[in-house]
Amino acid sequence: MSAVFEQIFQVGFLAAIIRIATPLAFATLGEMFSERAGVLNLGIEGIMLLCAMTGFTAASFSGSLWLGVLAAVLTGMLMGALHALFTVALGLSQHVCGIGVTLFSSGLAYFLYRLIFGQQSVPPSIKGFQTLPIPVLSDIPVLGPAVFNQFALVYMAILAIPLAAFVLYRTPWGLSVRMVGENPRAADSAGVSVIATRFQAVILGGALMGLAGAFLSMAQFNAFTFGVVSGRGWVAIALVVFGRWDPWRSAGAALLFAFVDALQLRMQASGLGHIPYEAFLMLPFIFTIVAMAVMSRNAVAPSALLKPFRREER
Amino acid sequence: MFRLEVRPSTPAWFNLALPLLAIAATLVLCSGLIALAGAGVFESYGVMFTASLGDSYAITETLVRAAPMIFTGLAVAVAFRAKFWNIGAEGQLLAGAVASCFVGAIPMPGPLAMLSMAIAGAAAGAAVALVPATLRVKFKVDDVVSSLLLNSVIYYALMALIEGPWKDSFSGYPISPPIEDSANFPVLIEGTRLHLGVIVALIAAPLIWFLIVRTTLGFRIRVTGENPEAARYGGIHVERVLISTALLSGALAGLAGVGEVGGVHFQVMSDISPGYGYSGIVVAMLARLNPLGVVPAAVFLAAVMTGAEAMSRATGVPAFLSDVIQGTALLAMLVALLFTAYRIRRVGAVP
Repeated sequence: MSAVFEQIFQVGFLAAIIRIATPLAFATLGEMFSERAGVLNLGIEGIMLLCAMTGFTAASFSGSLWLGVLAAVLTGMLMGALHALFTVALGLSQHVCGIGVTLFSSGLAYFLYRLIFGQQSVPPSIKGFQTLPIPVLSDIPVLGPAVFNQFALVYMAILAIPLAAFVLYRTPWGLSVRMVGENPRAADSAGVSVIATRFQAVILGGALMGLAGAFLSMAQFNAFTFGVVSGRGWVAIALVVFGRWDPWRSAGAALLFAFVDALQLRMQASGLGHIPYEAFLMLPFIFTIVAMAVMSRNAVAPSALLKPFRREER
Repeated sequence: MFRLEVRPSTPAWFNLALPLLAIAATLVLCSGLIALAGAGVFESYGVMFTASLGDSYAITETLVRAAPMIFTGLAVAVAFRAKFWNIGAEGQLLAGAVASCFVGAIPMPGPLAMLSMAIAGAAAGAAVALVPATLRVKFKVDDVVSSLLLNSVIYYALMALIEGPWKDSFSGYPISPPIEDSANFPVLIEGTRLHLGVIVALIAAPLIWFLIVRTTLGFRIRVTGENPEAARYGGIHVERVLISTALLSGALAGLAGVGEVGGVHFQVMSDISPGYGYSGIVVAMLARLNPLGVVPAAVFLAAVMTGAEAMSRATGVPAFLSDVIQGTALLAMLVALLFTAYRIRRVGAVP
């Protein structure tokens, strides 16, 4: 038994956790910014897919991975702006719009991909991001190779967590975001533009979703396939709730989910297939649903979530 | 400067005009993609139309495709009427498919088998929908997120079944064993795939309309959705209405899965639903949550899906255009719905 544990818990395993957690951390932070401003973005699943596609396409035509990342981020911002246009400017119902954005962007991703690359028996791939060991730090035993010998996008995700917490809790803009998410009427009275702040938060969220998509198609799989996102957007929705709309907790939730996912992959590989791997994949969703029931007593969700704001209406 | 102004009432012709307007806007917007693919816009839409509604065989194919979306559309329409935000029709459909496939594999006389499949599928769908409804009623848990997340739970449960204990030992593929031949829904027109379930779907729509518009439960559902406070003052047990709505909605979505198992696939596989549950949201919104409108809305989406494949073969435009049309139609309809509540007025700039 201990041999099995040794096989499972090794440096490669820790590195795998970090890699699995990276796109989830980006997506979760993105969704969190949007929701903290009061806008549920169910478009996340489709936005990530479209960004993975545009990023991959830009990278494979330009030969520059960073141009690909830029394309993915811009796509995410554009789709965020679209979702905000519907839900913030027009005040349409957020959940139905989100499903609309997901259907639209995933359809568009498939359509454009097929148009650009045609139907090929072997899907085109690119030479994706290579690991970038950080001098000195990567020499730390165990932790070094696991955390500091990763893709550049992984470091960006690690830095994004404290940055997101700083922006949300320590900057005037972050305060505005929290205000328009909790009490838009009060924010409006205090001179904060609810519409503008929500737009900015949803667009920032879209940019982060773009990074998540970029990571999937340019660092993890190095190709765009129709299953490249496969529910990771929905996982992010769950992780935001599970992480109580807080950057640290949400990122922690992403790490926890990545741990379970990595464990599941290892157990499958090592032939310990007594438990179906789907049981592990189900866990974050079940945990979140249970957590929602438990947390419901001390309402931690942004109070104005799902509520459109129209100044003239009371 | 323009602004939105609250509209006191909406003219009746809006009900028909808005979806048509949304669909027209969708087709115009998506024609840009056809042009991008280098094909003729009218030619492509023409092929799409003839391949889906041009002859009687094509019409039967479109109806077969529409049937599950009629059921999920009704499921969403009923739920949204009560403002029970059921985004989980996809999972409820899958649960219905699994339950009916399980029952359908038990040897029984045909009619009994089909009836048991329908009951089992509806019950499974209802059971899944009961979860978000109960959580909302008992714990005030947001039903949008909980019903959405349940889709993933059900999907992985299905995958665990067909890759594990349920795996078809005969083929070795991750698909369930087939249902008994006697449980296969009868085909109504020789040489087509038009099965009994399609007719049941077409009958279900007016029945649900009757239920919503003419019965006490329907009245309670509508009042609960429109004004829960007034409903409570009027002596309506709002929580109980929400639970009943969820059961009805889930059962309808479950029946969508039953039809796919009994009439189309005769077994369960991972891609048994290409997102029919989410399409149900598009259908219900296009129908303005009117059960009678669900049928033409579902037929429209089904025609787009069936037609897109033929269009792709004829013009080279990727068939994924149908997915874009679906998403665009939903967004266009939401914008169109603004005109029911608001009208655009010019303000200011007057000397």
